[in-house]
Amino acid sequence: MRWIESLCDWMDRRLQLSGAIREAALHRVPRSSASWWYVFGSAALTVFILQVVTGILLAIVYVPSAAEAWNSLQALNHDLTLGWFLRAMHGWGSNFMVALVLIHMVQVFLFGAHKYPREFTWIVGVFLLLMTLGMAFTGQVLRFDQDAYWGLGIGASITGRVPLIGGWLVNLLLGGPIIAGETLSRFFALHVFVIPGTLIGLVGLHLLLVLKLGINEWPMPGRVVRRETYLKEYEELTHKDGVPFVPDAIWKDLIFAGCILLAVAFCGVIFGPFGPTGQPDPTIIETVPRPDFFFLWLYALLSLLPPQFETPFLLIAPLIGIAALLLLPFLSGEGEKSWRRRPIAVLTVLLLAVALGTFTKLASNAPWSPQMNAWSGSTVPQRYLKDRSPLERRGALVFQDKQCRNCHVLGREGGQRGPALDTVATRLTPDQLIRQVLQGRGNMPAYGKNLSPAEVTALVAFLTTLHPAGQARARDASRPVALEASGESSSSTRP
Amino acid sequence: MSEPNKFSRRSALMKLGLLINGGIAALLTVPVVGYILSPLRGKSGEGYNARVSLGSLDQFPEGQTRLATFRNPFVRPWDGQTADIPCWVRHLAGPTFQVFAINCAHLGCPVRWFSQSGLFMCPCHGGAYYADGSRASGPPERGLFQYPYRIEGDHLVIRAGELPTLAADAGTAAIRRKPCAG
Repeated sequence: MRWIESLCDWMDRRLQLSGAIREAALHRVPRSSASWWYVFGSAALTVFILQVVTGILLAIVYVPSAAEAWNSLQALNHDLTLGWFLRAMHGWGSNFMVALVLIHMVQVFLFGAHKYPREFTWIVGVFLLLMTLGMAFTGQVLRFDQDAYWGLGIGASITGRVPLIGGWLVNLLLGGPIIAGETLSRFFALHVFVIPGTLIGLVGLHLLLVLKLGINEWPMPGRVVRRETYLKEYEELTHKDGVPFVPDAIWKDLIFAGCILLAVAFCGVIFGPFGPTGQPDPTIIETVPRPDFFFLWLYALLSLLPPQFETPFLLIAPLIGIAALLLLPFLSGEGEKSWRRRPIAVLTVLLLAVALGTFTKLASNAPWSPQMNAWSGSTVPQRYLKDRSPLERRGALVFQDKQCRNCHVLGREGGQRGPALDTVATRLTPDQLIRQVLQGRGNMPAYGKNLSPAEVTALVAFLTTLHPAGQARARDASRPVALEASGESSSSTRP
Repeated sequence: MSEPNKFSRRSALMKLGLLINGGIAALLTVPVVGYILSPLRGKSGEGYNARVSLGSLDQFPEGQTRLATFRNPFVRPWDGQTADIPCWVRHLAGPTFQVFAINCAHLGCPVRWFSQSGLFMCPCHGGAYYADGSRASGPPERGLFQYPYRIEGDHLVIRAGELPTLAADAGTAAIRRKPCAG
């Protein structure tokens, strides 16, 4: 063991780093900060290191060529020893990293750690979040499958909406006129060199700032941040009630990070790698592209926004969001840190969480997408055909054949783009049904050109049978009155 | 140590050194920026669109809408399957066609044709279009993108090459310049 010591000694006399390392390790942190709430940042860093390691291991096999990328992923999944596990770790690591960065950010915000003097730490953190999301998106592209191909199309279509220079930006994004080999090369360079390089630099800066400025103390309600006094108060706190970072605080970081790594490996083993789904062949149009989990909320938003708001929203909202995050420490750089005294901060986080959660949940079954195979795959429930007239049954046939089922549920099966039609006869009169079918309205296309009068008659006859037993059909209340009135008037005019 | 003289020979030489490096760096940005922006250049000032044949006319019976595929004219050897681009060809009558881009005008997903209901439906965000490509419902703000076409001999020829987006709506720029009546 002696020779190890002397080797270290020899190294240190040349490097002269041990003093700085010891200082960093033993720097005093407030006792209250050695808490389980302060472990998310270090866990995110740990997962980032995992991503770098697994990423390099994948890169020794992966071929960043549009013609071969998909095949090389298949080889990784099926031919190479434990290649599938490395892909699974990298994929799940990505999800964990996004989640940890978000949780870390929420914790920092709720604990007021973005306030004076840590404004710049927060700003670097905002860029770290953007880089992390950038890694998630570019990584999804490198999994060069159908979802990646059409996801790129969506990215290009959004970019194309930028006024004036949209077309140029699309060409820049795709590396040419269309999604092809150079697009993948471009995203490979981004995912493997540009963004990770930036991330490493920013992580270093972020850590340096944490060391220089000290970790945020546990926020106490009533202990207000003032520019004039804060630094002095913090110094007193770390002296009077401080503990050395190693080992008093770091053991929680280490245990949590270890658990996270285990969880990533566990998910990798149990759920396996992500895709790749079908080959990136645009001529295979029988596909239902879906984004990865952390972009599902955006997918929902793009489906639900009214068309006229979409372009302004897509182009302006991200800018406003990023600007708000960057300006936050300057707008609220002082004052209360505790979430107990910051109701608006808590409500903002809750609102965002509920909104994102709701959109993600909605996107997981995507009621706005027509079910392309429902018309030929789902049967009309027997009870809707029993004891029906030939005309009504013919209407059921028209209903299936004209793909109404792709957007309308019948007996719990079918698309949810339009309303379920199991009780449509209680809502619309035959006249209203005819009008709706022929002219369309709201989200429904007009079928006037594609239905013969006989087909319309049959279809409406079928639809008017769709009402629960004991519940009357919708009827036009004015009709009997009008008929009666016209009957009276005609009888009165006749001599 | 004495205060370095602000106007010493050494500080002047250092400034000269910085200037030379700055100048060279500025010169080097020209090829770098040119290289990065190279995808912006279209061929012969017409953007990225070029003639491409969809095959002989008898593949497209009158009154029907059929899927056709073409090899993108701007192709690299390593593009693989991504250079095979599908489109929908609607043959109305005689020499009148409509060639629709596969990409939904909303966000570019592949639309599918349903001949029974005469609709194009998009699997992503639920856009729907009528047989003539006009918007029927859903989030798209406009109808399907169309490629300009021409009949050359017994071949249907379109101008294509660029991903149709709202910024580059297939070949409609070419349509505006020169109506393609077939």
